[in-house]
Amino acid sequence: MTATVTPPARTQRADQKKPRSAATSRRWGTAATYVAMSLLALIFLFPLVFMFVSSLKPDAQILQDIDSPMAFLPVGDISLDNYFGVFDRVPVAQFMFNSILVTVLTVGLGLVVNSMAGFALSRLAWRGRVVVLAVIIATLIVPFETIAVPMVYWVAQLPTLVFEGGVLKYDFGWLNTYEVQIVPFIANAFSIFLFTQYFSTIPTSLDEAARIDGASWFAIYRRIIVPLSGPAFATVAILTFLPAWNQYLWPLMVVQKEDLRPVMVGMQYFFQLNTAWGEVMAYTSLITIPVLVVFLVFQRAFVSSIAASGVKG
Amino acid sequence: MTVAPPTAAAETPRRSFRRFRTSRGRQTWAGLGMVAPAAILLLLFLIIPVILAFTLSFTNARLISPNPPRFVGVDNFIRAFTADPVFVQSIGNTALFALVVVPVQAGLGLALAVLVNRRLRGTTFFRVVYFIPVVTSIVVVSILWKFLYQDDGLINSMIDAVTFGQWRGTDWLNDPSTALGAIIVMSIWQAVGFHMIIWLSGLQTIPEELYEAARMDGASPWRQFTNVTWPGLRPTMVFVLVTITIAALGLFVQIDVMTQGGPQGATSTIVFHAVRKGYEQQEIGYAAAISLIFFVAVLIIALIQRRLTREKD
Repeated sequence: MTATVTPPARTQRADQKKPRSAATSRRWGTAATYVAMSLLALIFLFPLVFMFVSSLKPDAQILQDIDSPMAFLPVGDISLDNYFGVFDRVPVAQFMFNSILVTVLTVGLGLVVNSMAGFALSRLAWRGRVVVLAVIIATLIVPFETIAVPMVYWVAQLPTLVFEGGVLKYDFGWLNTYEVQIVPFIANAFSIFLFTQYFSTIPTSLDEAARIDGASWFAIYRRIIVPLSGPAFATVAILTFLPAWNQYLWPLMVVQKEDLRPVMVGMQYFFQLNTAWGEVMAYTSLITIPVLVVFLVFQRAFVSSIAASGVKG
Repeated sequence: MTVAPPTAAAETPRRSFRRFRTSRGRQTWAGLGMVAPAAILLLLFLIIPVILAFTLSFTNARLISPNPPRFVGVDNFIRAFTADPVFVQSIGNTALFALVVVPVQAGLGLALAVLVNRRLRGTTFFRVVYFIPVVTSIVVVSILWKFLYQDDGLINSMIDAVTFGQWRGTDWLNDPSTALGAIIVMSIWQAVGFHMIIWLSGLQTIPEELYEAARMDGASPWRQFTNVTWPGLRPTMVFVLVTITIAALGLFVQIDVMTQGGPQGATSTIVFHAVRKGYEQQEIGYAAAISLIFFVAVLIIALIQRRLTREKD
């Protein structure tokens, strides 16, 4: 446990010969650890502190403070003007709505679809199960970046239903829609894999008992497995939440209409048109704060989900 | 990404009672029905796009074109390697990025994990702090650091303060010799907390008794690390190296937000180049060829890494 940090070899030898000095050097080791951890904390935090602080200052003040520690302190001409400026200039509330809608539907529908698949793959005996599972696992190796461009070509040709002038019409092309931002990301091989793993730890005697009582397989999934699998659902929700909220490459290519744009792409457009750093920092703060709050509240669940994603090794 | 074979859970009913034999047909229908939504979505938005990437790469398909795609053989691949210097440069940049980021980020992640794994008060706090950049969107991080990296930005003013004006930083992102390095530093800063958590979960699987035994044998903390910790971390290491490599090879957002591949192509990457060709210049066929080259590279590297790390066992 005490590896690295302090030059520790001395500690150990001292341990056997002079107990008192060993205690002192251990105390020094602990102090050094705290110093190292604190310095690292500063490195990880300073850009974000600077961002939040700058979002409250007018541009002139930001540039003036940059050469002094004042850059990190909310002092001087502090106001929320930059935030009002962002709302005046771009429909940021609409962007927020779009991102929330896309994220909630992607994560929510993903939980249903992927957990059902995980159930079928872990607890039902059916012909082809092993092959389907193997194919799903194999797709984990495909990075999204490799299929992004061909997929633009593909979704541009998919059929869709449009409601036009009170009539439902049949049309082609998913570009510039909400569904193009949601549907492709609902099914997720890694989520299915996590559900499959988790469900197979639940004793099958529960299923058998329920079968004898005449329960359908769907009822077993719905009434027995889902209520017992809270941790798996939490893990998958957390692991799919961040990528959905942070989507960038995909909406950049398939959404040109401003009123369908998610926050990240909206921010990039805002950033390209705008050189007022105070407002840019206000925008970045605005979309970072909600995620940060969610993270800090569910910090323990976040960390254990990430850890769970690595267990597969 | 080794996968434990699906448990025998589903196999048991076959053995139990005769009445389950009649339920086997029903299980097949239930199984197919419950896996169908996910399977269809994966087919539409993963498997077909992969096949499209293959087939389109041998055509001259364009995103919006009145003419149907025409088969052009391996022209796209020949063009990529012989007539597209930016692509060759992009391979070099991507490789350099991965070669630096993979070992440095894995190593720093491990160092952080060891540091916060000590049984000291407040380590949870530090874990959370180191993890905060991970939950911050990479788009936000890129915009923020573009501001920090400016000629008159915070990084240079901090360098100025630390060196008492002895050493002047440059305009990091506009200097071809520093732009990629600047992006590397930022990328590691953003993602290292993620791998700290993965390493940490690996560290915590190592039984405490092994350390006690090592200490009784008088092993120094360094010996404890090399003889107990490191061997115990091998499965974690495979996962960490594979995930960092795949993520590093897919470098896109930072480039798109911060440099657009410049200055003078010094930061263009494979994925950035594919998106530029396929989306901005609408040459889907050529971009598919680049995506395919990228995919094959990812596949080969992932397989080599697994082979190398496995042989040592």
